[in-house]
Amino acid sequence: MNLGRLFKTIFLVEFISGLYMAIKELFRKSKTINYPFEKGSISPRMRGEHALRRYPNGEERCIACKLCEAVCPAQAITIESTERSDGSRKTTRYDIDMLKCIYCGLCQESCPVDAIVQGPNFEFATETREELYYNKEKLLENGDKWESVLAKNIKLDKPYR
Amino acid sequence: MIEYIQILGQEVYKILFLLIPILVSVAMVVWLDRRVWGLVQKRRGPNVVGPFGLFQTIADALKYIFKEIIIPASANKVVFILAPIVTMTLALVAWAVIPISEDLVLSDINVGILYLFAVSSLGVYGIIMGGWASNSKYPFLGAIRSAAQMVSYEVSIGIIIINVLLCVGSLNLKDIVLAQKELWYVVPLFPMFVIFFISALAETNRPPFDLPEAEAELVAGYQTEYSGMMYAMFWLGEYANILLMCAMGTILFLGGWLPIIDIYPLNIIPAPFWMIAKILFLFLLFALIKAIVPRYRYDQLMRLGWKIFLPFSLVYLILTASFLFYFDKLPKVGI
Repeated sequence: MNLGRLFKTIFLVEFISGLYMAIKELFRKSKTINYPFEKGSISPRMRGEHALRRYPNGEERCIACKLCEAVCPAQAITIESTERSDGSRKTTRYDIDMLKCIYCGLCQESCPVDAIVQGPNFEFATETREELYYNKEKLLENGDKWESVLAKNIKLDKPYR
Repeated sequence: MIEYIQILGQEVYKILFLLIPILVSVAMVVWLDRRVWGLVQKRRGPNVVGPFGLFQTIADALKYIFKEIIIPASANKVVFILAPIVTMTLALVAWAVIPISEDLVLSDINVGILYLFAVSSLGVYGIIMGGWASNSKYPFLGAIRSAAQMVSYEVSIGIIIINVLLCVGSLNLKDIVLAQKELWYVVPLFPMFVIFFISALAETNRPPFDLPEAEAELVAGYQTEYSGMMYAMFWLGEYANILLMCAMGTILFLGGWLPIIDIYPLNIIPAPFWMIAKILFLFLLFALIKAIVPRYRYDQLMRLGWKIFLPFSLVYLILTASFLFYFDKLPKVGI
């Protein structure tokens, strides 16, 4: 053991410098936020809760091509479709099991008409598992609720797609 | 019999006047500990329940009260239940002799420091009982470590106390404080103060000496099998013990309730304020150290206690004694 190190050990030099640093940090601003009252910024690419969008005239965007169902790695999406009286193909059932979903974002990437998207909402915890089996109504409701944000996010992210 | 009940009635309210402030201050101090720890790590710490989160500990205690107490099937039930009671009782009983100011003391006994030392040494029993009665490997290992650690560091604390007693010439805690009127013992006995502080960290199982409850190795050490109110009692006892160690340091080295300098604006501030401020200062150091240090290895812990602190405090004891003898400053009492 050399003399310098002995001196440091006896006079607790490193310990005191550590204490000084702790006191200095004590008076600095925290890096964390008061979560439920303050929220951090979210990227437009945020892959949160799913939503099914509509056209501005109220028509559903989804054309039941089932690309999302096919691409879903967790097989969380179930789609059934039928031909409507006007000859267009529309879904009769569009379920997402949010417990199976891994939030990879492949469904929104595969969608040719930007119907299924993942919005910025991540606070959809529930008390029962049943509430997390989303059906078409719930997804469309989400779409209506978040439409302005969803449209803005798609526009912002357009140049990078 | 009636006489006995009368005495009981006269004394009980005094005990309540001592215990309730201590339990409340323990709750506040837990909050302070967590808050300082959080702030040093750039977090916010508890800040939701009550103003600045002050009632967090009370909320936690309430939660513990309503939780189920689980007693393992293979545990020794009597000892298992007794352990947290022993820990908490011993932590609170020691406060009886701590003088908050010159006349604010529950029992002013002549061997106050010995009583304090004896009771804080007994504290290890609660931990050993808890660890052993759980009949499980982690609590057992934690209890063994704790016992070895507390016994080792008590030796050097004892010798440090002798250092102070040599200068005072009395075992009464009041006399110890009053002897520091000219000069706090932290100045001439500074190395002893540092060693006392570090040993106090080891005594109370605080980081960097929190081996008995090293969560990475031993889950939670001797408390692993405890739940509900019994766990909360261990936890309250632990913090009451920490406060007790801070009070002991204040009385032995920082001049108890005496103001920093005996001049006008400082000496009209009431004595209990100084005592509490000094205890809080020491506690703040405890809390800061928790945030900055890593945990010692077991052999390092033993080496520090037996090979460094014990010889050093013995040498310092001889130095103090020689100094006092040579300059004829030995306290003259009882001759």
